[in-house]
Amino acid sequence: MSILINKNTRVMTQGITGKTGQFHTRMGIEYANGRQCYVAGVTPKKGGQNFEGVPIFETVKEAKAATGATVSVIYVPPPFAAAAIDEAVDAELDLVICITDGIPVRDMLRTKYRMQGRKTRLIGPNCPGVITPDELKIGIMPGHIHRKGPIGVVSRSGTLTYEAVGQLTAIGLGQSSCVGIGGDPVNGMKHIDVMKLFNDDPETEGVVMVGEIGGTDEEEAARWVKEHMKKPVVGFIAGVTAPPGKRMGHAGAIISGGKGTADEKLAVMEACGIKVTRNPADMGKLMKSVMG
Amino acid sequence: MKIHEYQAKEILRKFGVPTPRGLRCDSVDEAVEAAKKLGGPVWVVKAQIHAGGRGKGGGVKLARSLDEVREHAKAILGMQLKTHQTGPQGQTVRRLLIEEGADIRKELYVGMVVDRGTQRVVMMASSEGGMDIEEVAANTPDKIHKVAIDPAAGLVAKDAEDIARKIGVPEAALPQAGELLKNLYTAFEQTDGALAEINPLIVTGDEKVLALDAKMTFDDNALFRHPEIVALRDFDEEDPAEIEASKFDLAYIQLDGNIGCLVNGAGLAMATMDIIKLYGGSPANFLDVGGGASTEKVTEAFKIMLKNPNLKAILVNIFGGIMKCDVIAEGVVSAARQVSLKVPLVVRLEGTNVELCKKILADSGLPIISASNMADAAEKVVKAIAA
Repeated sequence: MSILINKNTRVMTQGITGKTGQFHTRMGIEYANGRQCYVAGVTPKKGGQNFEGVPIFETVKEAKAATGATVSVIYVPPPFAAAAIDEAVDAELDLVICITDGIPVRDMLRTKYRMQGRKTRLIGPNCPGVITPDELKIGIMPGHIHRKGPIGVVSRSGTLTYEAVGQLTAIGLGQSSCVGIGGDPVNGMKHIDVMKLFNDDPETEGVVMVGEIGGTDEEEAARWVKEHMKKPVVGFIAGVTAPPGKRMGHAGAIISGGKGTADEKLAVMEACGIKVTRNPADMGKLMKSVMG
Repeated sequence: MKIHEYQAKEILRKFGVPTPRGLRCDSVDEAVEAAKKLGGPVWVVKAQIHAGGRGKGGGVKLARSLDEVREHAKAILGMQLKTHQTGPQGQTVRRLLIEEGADIRKELYVGMVVDRGTQRVVMMASSEGGMDIEEVAANTPDKIHKVAIDPAAGLVAKDAEDIARKIGVPEAALPQAGELLKNLYTAFEQTDGALAEINPLIVTGDEKVLALDAKMTFDDNALFRHPEIVALRDFDEEDPAEIEASKFDLAYIQLDGNIGCLVNGAGLAMATMDIIKLYGGSPANFLDVGGGASTEKVTEAFKIMLKNPNLKAILVNIFGGIMKCDVIAEGVVSAARQVSLKVPLVVRLEGTNVELCKKILADSGLPIISASNMADAAEKVVKAIAA
């Protein structure tokens, strides 16, 4: 088992003819069961062509009908990316993973509004994607640092997620699934939503939650963990040294109005029974220590 | 992106949000001319910088004669205005806004932000205008009224008037106040606002409602569709190093410490700052080179960091992922050569071909210290400075 994606998932790439879409589709196909999982691409006006054997369709709806793909990954440029999500939602896909960075917030507000009451789940935007080691990689993360195993990873950042995964693998803890939910303020699944899935996944035995300054998503997930989580959770929050009022790269990473500090998040997480570390080099060790 | 008060007011007026009449000036003579044009008997001389708290810092003065306008303009133009938002060094005042005085009966507050929690634009309003709204929120949260705005319907008339009533707008002025709030939302929505704040929003003696102050910032991701807003950018108000960095698509923020950090990814960059502090050092900057970390970007990043006179050492922390480590290592070496690096450089690279990468760094003949993980890197860079 795993969460969100596995070797039986059928995935289409929206924006498959762009440089990024091509590169990462190729990497995804080369990873584990990717060859059987990546079944379609979507690029308007390029229907009927193919990308290294993967058929290209005009629309998400056509791609779904022809191939049975129920998951999409989006590498469409920022001005058009929200519309690409809308299209996937309208085609009633199960899951959309939007890698694109730099989508206007107003576009995402509208897209999230349209998604209310619809079946499609969204991961991202501005995220590395989702991987279930040894089964399927959807996104831009390096496959080689992952190992199959019992630990779930959920994080708002890209390379810091790789750092956490690298430490887990080095210490002998493999991963069930790793989910990068992205660094934008308006996005799809939050820490809490992913945590619920890990809680229900029999193969996941513990979770590493990586957060950063800004917002209150980590606090909300922590409160849920306290009430419902049956598995150990450890955490790290980036940005203890970040000054207030300065945006730390990610659109969502800003301490504003005295809210969203790393100290506050760490305190809430600890109060909710999550073991935390202030040392980003100790995430793997901490997980190992609570797994016994 | 930030803009000045006078620019925010120009935008708001276009969308039907009334403000006092005013003129932007760059010199004392212009200020006096502007005051003459506006007519008296009372004017307000306002420093234009990209920071709040200007009044408390002495950047906003009331003038009751043209002589007083001249006097205040002289004092404020060129001053180092220090507020809680400028940092201890303050910000040089280069522009003024001369405005007609207003007959203030009530000072209210209205602001708008994109709220992560509701995933909506939220309008916040309070009867406690003219004060630091963060203090109001902390001490008397019941005095702040919030409404999450439905993106499809926008701010509807009923909700707008309802907010106006709650914050104490007199009955006679409710329709006008409601209209103002609706227009404010439209302005925010149409310009891809990230934040808008009117503090204070005033009710005048003759029961008119207008924006006495205005602050607007915009979503950087949406600037591609707003050339009219990009044109309002004032480079004088921005940190030269941050401007330079933005040209190369680098996210750079200067800090107080002496260890420069060059990292790929915002989360890892923050974590790198944190671990430096944890090992007893102090970061000189936040710097995210993005996913690519090309030689060109790394070279520019070095140049920008080296302009900081406090810099004593540099820590490069790159999780290459799918990039080949040796390619990044060659980039780092070539960048260090180009800038004739004199300070100690600690490099931690992760990715494929790690061993080859260490060899490239060792054979470079440069004062590069290789580190095998984040903790090792932090420890080594702190030690390099102590030595």
